[in-house]
Amino acid sequence: MTEIEATAAEAAVPEAVGAEAAGAEAGAPGFGVYVHWPFCLSKCPYCDFNSHVRERVDQADWRQGLLREIDHYAALTPGRTVTSVFFGGGTPSLMDPATAAAVLERIAARWTLAPGAEVTLEANPTSTEAQSLAGFRAAGVNRLSLGIQALDDRALRFLGRGHDVAEACAAVELAARSFDRFSFDLIYARPEQTVAAWRDELRRALAMAVGHLSVYQLTIEEGTQFHALHRRGAFAMPDDDLAGALYEATQEELEAAGLPAYEISNHARPGEEGRHNLTYWRYGDYVGIGPGAHGRLTLDGTKWATRAHRAPEVWLERTARGGHGAHPHEPVPAEARATELLMMGLRLAEGVPLARISEEAGTPLAELVEPAALDRLVAGGFLEITPARLRATLAGRQRLNAVLAALLP
Amino acid sequence: MTDISHIRNFAIIAHIDHGKSTLADRLIQLCGGLDQREMREQVLDSMDIERERGITIKAQTVRLLYKARDGQQYTLNLMDTPGHVDFAYEVSRSLSACEGSILVVDASQGVEAQTLANVYQAIDNNHEIVPVLNKIDLPAADPDRVRQQIEDVIGLDASDAVMISAKTGLGVDEVLEAIVTRLPAPKGEADATLKALLVDSWYDPYLGVVILVRVVDGRLKVGQKVRFMATGSAHEVDRVGVFTPKALMTGELGPGEMGFITAAIKDITLTKVGDTITEDRRPASEPLPGFKPSVPVVWCGLFPTDAADFERLRESLGKLKLNDASFHYEAETSAALGFGFRCGFLGLLHLEIIQERLEREFDLDLITTAPSVVYKITMTDGSVMEMHNPADMPDPVKIDHIEEPWIKATIFLPDEYLGGVLALCTERRGQQIELTYAGSRAMLVYRLPLNEVVFDFYDRLKSISRGYASFDYQFDGYEEGDLVKMAILVNAEPVDALSTIVHRSQAEKRGRALCERLKDLIPKQLFKIAVQAAIGGRVIARETISAMRKDVLAKCYGGDISRKRKLLDKQKEGKKRMRQFGQVEIPQSAFIAALKMSDS
Repeated sequence: MTEIEATAAEAAVPEAVGAEAAGAEAGAPGFGVYVHWPFCLSKCPYCDFNSHVRERVDQADWRQGLLREIDHYAALTPGRTVTSVFFGGGTPSLMDPATAAAVLERIAARWTLAPGAEVTLEANPTSTEAQSLAGFRAAGVNRLSLGIQALDDRALRFLGRGHDVAEACAAVELAARSFDRFSFDLIYARPEQTVAAWRDELRRALAMAVGHLSVYQLTIEEGTQFHALHRRGAFAMPDDDLAGALYEATQEELEAAGLPAYEISNHARPGEEGRHNLTYWRYGDYVGIGPGAHGRLTLDGTKWATRAHRAPEVWLERTARGGHGAHPHEPVPAEARATELLMMGLRLAEGVPLARISEEAGTPLAELVEPAALDRLVAGGFLEITPARLRATLAGRQRLNAVLAALLP
Repeated sequence: MTDISHIRNFAIIAHIDHGKSTLADRLIQLCGGLDQREMREQVLDSMDIERERGITIKAQTVRLLYKARDGQQYTLNLMDTPGHVDFAYEVSRSLSACEGSILVVDASQGVEAQTLANVYQAIDNNHEIVPVLNKIDLPAADPDRVRQQIEDVIGLDASDAVMISAKTGLGVDEVLEAIVTRLPAPKGEADATLKALLVDSWYDPYLGVVILVRVVDGRLKVGQKVRFMATGSAHEVDRVGVFTPKALMTGELGPGEMGFITAAIKDITLTKVGDTITEDRRPASEPLPGFKPSVPVVWCGLFPTDAADFERLRESLGKLKLNDASFHYEAETSAALGFGFRCGFLGLLHLEIIQERLEREFDLDLITTAPSVVYKITMTDGSVMEMHNPADMPDPVKIDHIEEPWIKATIFLPDEYLGGVLALCTERRGQQIELTYAGSRAMLVYRLPLNEVVFDFYDRLKSISRGYASFDYQFDGYEEGDLVKMAILVNAEPVDALSTIVHRSQAEKRGRALCERLKDLIPKQLFKIAVQAAIGGRVIARETISAMRKDVLAKCYGGDISRKRKLLDKQKEGKKRMRQFGQVEIPQSAFIAALKMSDS
């Protein structure tokens, strides 16, 4: 799959008023549609996402499947206004641009597509995919997210990427020409990476940027090639001290360049934040279309978790037969809603409005967590409480797993 | 009732693995006690653990009928005894029921530490001793050297030692003949007042308490009302029999005979080992010389890993206690480990065996705290208390002095490892008493404080000598020592389960080792953690666990919040297995690992 998201602002969507209409700073969670394209040309050794390699993919069948599932979810959520669409994967840039166009058309037809709605496509920086970019732009994509991952040829080979630094740079240039908004992903905490080398790489990335950068720590996930290799001792991962140092260096470099972190792994110039992912982090509603896609839908006050079959063929077959490939929806109980809200919202620099906590959990923060634990985390400099918000500090965000484990009962 | 002149009561004594149980198997076979089909190895060791470890824990008797070369039939009562020092008490009571011993020595290995300890006990019981050299079929066997060693080290005439291979059966008939011709018959009067020695007892779910007896004078019969002289309780005998090793009802036991009785007794505490059984109607005026009750010398805490298992642990300990009166337990609460029991054992092997039986037979997962010995504390007001739990240590200003138990240890080892073993003994505050050579093997006698021995001494000895050293010990009284309580503090909070009593000279080294170990075992947390070892208010070692620097999921795929929530739930689940000390969470696994600490 592609790791980075970039946005390109010009699109077939009428009048990209951008931030104003579908704006990030409005603070509203919004309503997003995620569309999953599960296919890749090859599986990256670190990737544990729902991605698959297939000899051939019947674009028409898949287009049909995606459209049918949109119909299904639109019927459940009539009258909503879609504030963002995100084509993720897999490698959605391998999709026929006509499919993207059809999906966007259907979304606009079944729901209301907000003026200036952000439409992001993940893409790999290869020359083949570059040829489709104009088509995607014409289809209505207005933001591109490029899976650059590294600006170091050795690292790119290690990460199993199909491109080199030269191709990456060319792709970024093309993206900058073709889309107003774009972003790219980088992966750090790679074996043998030093803080100095990483700072250097970040500076080169900043020279090419941009309004938005996603910077993810490499983690070894079960079921990946890296997991097996790492267990066999094929390479060593940085310890938490080095990972912490790399993270801190990232904050310094990007902050100084005017791209502060607005989320744990995401940096943007003010106003350039990824609208779609903000919906996740603000714990808004989103529809998940495609195999393995997840959603959260509030219907008559109940929050539902939706989840589609992961296997592409199973999903396609079910969608053809029954209109959707989802497992039965599961209600999210109040306590879990509060947990999910905090888990997501504390990733954001802006934190979580206290009012949202009461709204999701049905009880105020004070009754939700151990007061002593909260005090300790505030005193330790990991959390901050203002009259309106609970937020994690930089130190807290960097250790959010432990903070959440300490905070939540 | 057998003619007393045709009875021989004997024990087999040997170092572990020298072939005691195999010889017993052969004797039983030769005398037709069991046929080929019923025979299996080590028939007398009925517990799995005995068979696996090749050791005998409980005493057993077997009656063998042997037609000797003089044409007469003899009744041979074999008393199978435990060989290990922890069970010295069982050994001594078993031996006191016999008139002679077969001393088995491995002809390829020679005299070992337990050989010596057991033989001295047999001599103390006025036994005739027949030396037997086993494994003479092995290429490494050196009977001449070993015979010489028996004479030099033990001081026993070995010129007519019986040469056998218990494995092949070679020479075993000579052992039977030697039992008849060289061991004395018991003495006793059939018409005298009944006096029988209570050798052992155990609880059988079907029969109630089964009592192993040796009749000294008089007769023991079904229907007879007997009285236990120490407890005063009286019971009607409902079964009288012998083990062949199968139980065989005989209805009666006469003087010199060994066997068992039952008397519908439910409460095992009524049948005190060493007690004298007499007739209720016509009681003996004097009991037989009894035994000292066994006293636990090593204590430790046993806690269930899962707190929900506490009740099951209590029940299991109760069941074990039914068959092992030497084991003690009392409830204990620890801030670190929750509810559990403080348990007393005869020694480290006993501790290990009980722990293993609890885990194996009762399927319990246990945490064992560091073993402690029993200290005698004399307070400034002159009163004396016994302490076996560091948590009970009184305020040092109220203590006049503390005494600790010492042992006299005998160690046999190939001389190439002598240097390392001497260093180990010195490091453990040992005092050398004797160092002698027999061929290329050395015999070391050391006085050592027991608390230095319970702290991984065996493991170190084994690793230094590559498993070739044999070790045995006996208690050698109490002596005053400069002993202090070393506490372990995590962020200034004492962790009760990790505090120990140590000699002042050892405290710093132990403290440093424990702190270093904990530094590796306690995971980094949001706040930095100080791990300290302290005596009173004085810190003697300190380590700092730095705060974690990064712990966060980098990204969240396609809005899959559920997966993240599951990860968080898993993390919270893990938190439940943590123990909270102030702000610090310590995983239970860290305690387990720290308590298993070796100082190497």
